[in-house]
Amino acid sequence: MPEPDAGVIARRAEIAAALREIVPGEGVIAEEDARRPYESDGLTAYRTLPLLVVLPSTTEQVARVLRYCRDHKIKVVPRGAGTSLSGGALPLADGIVLGMGKFNRILEIDFANRCVVAQPGVTNLGVTLAVQHAGFYYAPDPSSQIACTIGGNVAENSGGVHCLKYGLTANNVLGVELVTIDGEVVRLGGKHLDSEGYDLLGVTVGSEGLLGVVTEVTVRILPRPTSARAVLIGFPSSESAGSCVAAIIADGIIPGGMEMMDKPAIHATEEFVHVGYPLDVEALLIVELDGPKAEVDHLIGRVEAIARQHRAMSIRVSESEEERLAFWAGRKAAFPAVGRISPDYYCMDGTIPRKRLPEVLARTARLAEKHRLRVANVFHAGDGNLHPLILYDANKPSELERAEALGADILRLCVEVGGVLTGEHGVGVEKRDLMDTMFDQIDLDHQMRLKCAFDPDGLLNPGKVFPQLHRCAELGRMHVHGGKLAFPDIPRF
Amino acid sequence: MPRFRPKDEQELAKVISWAAGECESLEVIAAGTKVGLGRPVEAPHVLDVSGIAGIEAYEPEELVLTAKPGTPLAEIESLLERSQQMLAFEPGDWGPLLGEAAGRQTLGGMLACNLAGPRRIKQGAARDHLLGFHAVSGRGEAFKAGGRVVKNVTGYDLSKLMAGSYGTLALLTEVTVKVLPRPEATGTLVLWGLEDERAVAAMTAALNSPHEVGGAAHLPGASAAHVLPGASRAATLVRVEGPGPSVEARAAALRHELRDFGPAELLPDAVAAAPWRELAEVRPFAGDHGPIIWRISVAPQSGPAVAAVIARSLDARVFFDWGGGLLWCAIAGGSADGGAEIVRAATRAEGGHATLVRASPELRGRVPVFEPQPPALAALTRRIKESFDPQRILNPGRMYWGF
Repeated sequence: MPEPDAGVIARRAEIAAALREIVPGEGVIAEEDARRPYESDGLTAYRTLPLLVVLPSTTEQVARVLRYCRDHKIKVVPRGAGTSLSGGALPLADGIVLGMGKFNRILEIDFANRCVVAQPGVTNLGVTLAVQHAGFYYAPDPSSQIACTIGGNVAENSGGVHCLKYGLTANNVLGVELVTIDGEVVRLGGKHLDSEGYDLLGVTVGSEGLLGVVTEVTVRILPRPTSARAVLIGFPSSESAGSCVAAIIADGIIPGGMEMMDKPAIHATEEFVHVGYPLDVEALLIVELDGPKAEVDHLIGRVEAIARQHRAMSIRVSESEEERLAFWAGRKAAFPAVGRISPDYYCMDGTIPRKRLPEVLARTARLAEKHRLRVANVFHAGDGNLHPLILYDANKPSELERAEALGADILRLCVEVGGVLTGEHGVGVEKRDLMDTMFDQIDLDHQMRLKCAFDPDGLLNPGKVFPQLHRCAELGRMHVHGGKLAFPDIPRF
Repeated sequence: MPRFRPKDEQELAKVISWAAGECESLEVIAAGTKVGLGRPVEAPHVLDVSGIAGIEAYEPEELVLTAKPGTPLAEIESLLERSQQMLAFEPGDWGPLLGEAAGRQTLGGMLACNLAGPRRIKQGAARDHLLGFHAVSGRGEAFKAGGRVVKNVTGYDLSKLMAGSYGTLALLTEVTVKVLPRPEATGTLVLWGLEDERAVAAMTAALNSPHEVGGAAHLPGASAAHVLPGASRAATLVRVEGPGPSVEARAAALRHELRDFGPAELLPDAVAAAPWRELAEVRPFAGDHGPIIWRISVAPQSGPAVAAVIARSLDARVFFDWGGGLLWCAIAGGSADGGAEIVRAATRAEGGHATLVRASPELRGRVPVFEPQPPALAALTRRIKESFDPQRILNPGRMYWGF
């Protein structure tokens, strides 16, 4: 992380007083005990007490706070519910945390235009709860959806188990109101589709709080499918499960959800929730089909037939809503279930080309052996997003370090086989230093220059995403001599 | 006019480096089918990127395709079709609309203009399907972003920025796009003779139903005949796609759902898909090269109001896609600004944006082609342009005057 500026820390009281002029009363938290709850996010291994916590409740306040921070060169870490698994909201000792929790209202429900306008502190599930009476829902469903906010979803481009069919946050957000570090309020998108110019909405989604602070979000809502059924399929090997997934897709079927678990994950969850998962299989697949009943029933039959051709050891089709939910109960409890068999676990988030799954699982097992740790794997099989859960005990010497080293090795493996470092959790601080496994310096410079266009002084969430910070003036420089660059020859082809 | 035709990324980087060094600006073209889209570029050189072509990798089970951007889109579509797959956002060929030949547009050109057809409402636009790319920026540097997998949040989503940047930031040299299975069957329902407002109400009822509608368009009056041969009155089209039994059940359910709007006719299987391709190609306005064409994106419920305001002052014909949210508007002669003032005021009043898609180069130089931006957004746009292309050599003026 950037070295904290002692001068800024020394001015804590003065800065708090100035910010109280903008956000009065309890909206500025300076006392150490009260700042403590903000010291980390979902990646609890990293903790820092912030300089101050500021909790604005209007866009105007956000704009004035940001302008103050720009004028006084104070760093800003935006925060939603603090559920980030990559340290996206990790505070800075010389920076304020800008908590958006008071922006918790749904501003408009527009069924005719199939959208909802919400403040960023509304929870992901809150959007669905507001529209479900009319048969609608908001499609992206990260597993933290009870707690995580729409603003945080925009920052991280959150996914969930239904991404393959319904897309990520980026595909479901129509517009945002964004406040820049200059305190300018810009509207990107709205209730209409596509951008009038550069797709700044598209780059804002997933920008991890480095480009601006979102103060309003317009999302599209969908009519809820009339039926859903799930198939639980056990396989003798991850190879057969993987080839079954490929065959389902090759047959033209895009399931609403397609999840895989390996043996350690199956056993951990079954012992926890007792939903009847087969324990004699090496890999378990849950395939959910949603949509009109005629379609679901038709496709269930096809999925069953494909599973049989791929050496399925057991096939169970949900015959009731309770049974379908029971199939999911295990998968959804996978993280806490693993938490029961290990004092701590570390959740990874790489994405790989699906066909490389058996190889990646085998090599992950070897890496785990090398680092003397156990790993349970859950996998969004439809879109290749792998969540290896590394089991460790933080109270044992060196286990956390070994878990982090194993995690880094697994992510390097994901990149090596043609995948990426993070599918849905974000880079944050966690994967920042691995960015060079995917991108070279020229790639990263092009990304950082985009940040410079929004935030030339690098005050918004510095230390996240990019391994090295450069001054924008340095990044922008081209090697100019006498007004011209040094490429005198005109190329001819 | 000097013309460069690099055959690979290295040669492209050399041209751009040279141009950046000498501050020599470049008009970028590939097949040239959309050369008339955007503001006229004033550049002393043409950079033809159609030589950077070829399909690199196609893996149907992985749902991705990697190709060089000069590859003709038709070649990609026919390859996908052989595996029963498609580009789900249904990009249309605007060649004939813009007075150019049909069937020649390239993958890169289509992505640079962020095209999307009627299925936009369900599957998104080009922006939603570009997973990763390699490119050379206006700095002459080759770089990459994104990846070759669907689910990826590693770094900024520069793919979104490339889609719809009209070759003004960086020139693509390799792209990976998401592909999806083709629907096994298509059902198209037609409601006849509805007024615009009533048609949008019908499309809303269809889109708000759980029957997974993947296309909703309304063709007032005579424009219907361009996509439904022999039609003599307004036609409102609703599409469902999927496995045969599903399409059959949903079409029947929708017909019931829409009964208040009149009896819905189910088009025969053989002709059910054709109107949608013609809508993507803007066929109702492609034949006659007289009128000026606007493309207006608003909230679906706002479509009829915008159309009504425009029709009050201008000799305009319109048709609606995207459930009412996309308004294509043809304006016949007379108006010195091509109707810009009226079209823009009507759009602004409802919230949205209007693009002057077809007009003479003179008019496109005089009237903003893309929706004018408020000052803070315009300043941000300019800084982004300069971050990728500090010498403003790539398609200068194509999107906005001065850069």
